[in-house]
Amino acid sequence: MIVADRKSLQEILAMVEDNKKILISGCKGCVTVCNVGGLKEVEILASSMEIARKKQGNDIEIDINVLERQCDTEYVAGISETVGDYEAVISLACGVGPQFLSEMYKDQTFYPGVNTTFFGGATEHGIWEERCAGCGTCIIHNFGGHCPVARCAKSLLHGPCGGSSNGKCEISKDTECIWDTIVRKKMEEDRLDDLLGIRGLKDWQTARDGGPRRSIREELVKGNI
Amino acid sequence: MRELKSGSNLEKVLTAGHFAFTGECGPPKGANVEHLVEKFQFLKGNVDAVNVTDNQTAVVRMASLAASKLMVEEGLEPNFQMVCRDRNRLAIMSDILGAHALGIRNMLCLSGDHQTFGNHPQAKNVHDIDSMQLIALVKKMRDEGKFMNDEDIDVPPKMFIGAACNPFADPYEFRVHRLANKITAGADFIQTQCIFNMDKFRDFMKKAVDMGLAEKCYILAGVTPMKNAGMANFMSKFVPGMDIPDSLIKRLKSVDKKDQSEEGIKFALEQVEEFKEMEGVAGVHMMAIEWEHKVPEIAERAGVLPRPVV
Repeated sequence: MIVADRKSLQEILAMVEDNKKILISGCKGCVTVCNVGGLKEVEILASSMEIARKKQGNDIEIDINVLERQCDTEYVAGISETVGDYEAVISLACGVGPQFLSEMYKDQTFYPGVNTTFFGGATEHGIWEERCAGCGTCIIHNFGGHCPVARCAKSLLHGPCGGSSNGKCEISKDTECIWDTIVRKKMEEDRLDDLLGIRGLKDWQTARDGGPRRSIREELVKGNI
Repeated sequence: MRELKSGSNLEKVLTAGHFAFTGECGPPKGANVEHLVEKFQFLKGNVDAVNVTDNQTAVVRMASLAASKLMVEEGLEPNFQMVCRDRNRLAIMSDILGAHALGIRNMLCLSGDHQTFGNHPQAKNVHDIDSMQLIALVKKMRDEGKFMNDEDIDVPPKMFIGAACNPFADPYEFRVHRLANKITAGADFIQTQCIFNMDKFRDFMKKAVDMGLAEKCYILAGVTPMKNAGMANFMSKFVPGMDIPDSLIKRLKSVDKKDQSEEGIKFALEQVEEFKEMEGVAGVHMMAIEWEHKVPEIAERAGVLPRPVV
């Protein structure tokens, strides 16, 4: 899923400091799963903002909603009748949400209420970790099912570098050296040969480096399926 | 003598079978050419080539390419270090062509310390290719006369290709295989990370020799003389991939503070003596970090002077 982090209350308050009536809009997709932009978080943010503004002697009226998915025009269209009632809207969806909203409702101002961080999953309750860099050419099977592009700090295709120590990356003792994991797995499986030899240069055209990406599925576009 | 790949002094020294002795020099944090040229004088005539570091530890300094050129002008031979952190393949290939054009004939291919260590941790890193691929890229440009897209190069750059090796990083069992990979990629010579744990290095070299790696590539053992026990402590704790045995720290601490630098040099000299005899070791890479003025004395006492003229 797409993982996001909360923005500070202070930053969000500053975004709408001149507004008296706003909407906070959550999303039932990834941000609900990673506990940053679902109904619960929308409610907490609304209460926190109301309290803060009241303290400042500058009351604010806040409505809330949670869309099925903010990355889907079908659901974004669902607020067409009410979206104009507010001076501004804070979206707690990933970075896609406020953009889809902005594209559909050009006269409204949408603020991102979270910082979208990475594609990953929860490794334990309350901890999410990056797993995918969305490079557009997946070859994780070559690395024992681990992605060095996303998980090595230097995206090495021939690791581990000289900074690997006790299974940890040189950048932090809290960061796993994924190359240590890859190598140890290959050694255990007696398949070290898989890591010998030189890989060709990666083609980054399918990654963000090739420009903004678009995925076209002809059969769906034509309405056959 | 077989045909030279680059014609660099370092290549000639190694090919002729001499025990190589290379040095290191960090470009200034500024455009202070005078100070840089001063540092060169300590190295001139005392080493076969000098590594010119490339924004080492991710701290911004004068470009290694420019400092290497200044070195050529001063009559020293640079070993131009290049990291993949700051350049994509276009910049890499273009800098290699530029390096050749400026008379540079040795290159050390590195991934580069992560920018979190440096003074611009906010920077975006590149890592379009890694050090292994950089080695293969330089070899392709040199030997095939082609860019990575297979287009022909008009006058290919002739470089003696160097790579780094850290026997002390983990997983240890894989390190010798990674070294083998670098040699397969095209490394002509290897400079190891600073060695302090001699037991481990002896074992590593035995493995490398047993695998026939020392016959395919010149391996230079990395030596850094410790200035004092504090430096040993610091490196042990904060420099990634360093393996500094407690016995060395103890040894430095066992003498008066004022004598610790001499003790550090003594340890380095003992290392050099052992490397001269160690099977598979073709030379020493002396990294006297910000201690260039000690190199003449160290070289003299190490018995590696005068440097061979080939």
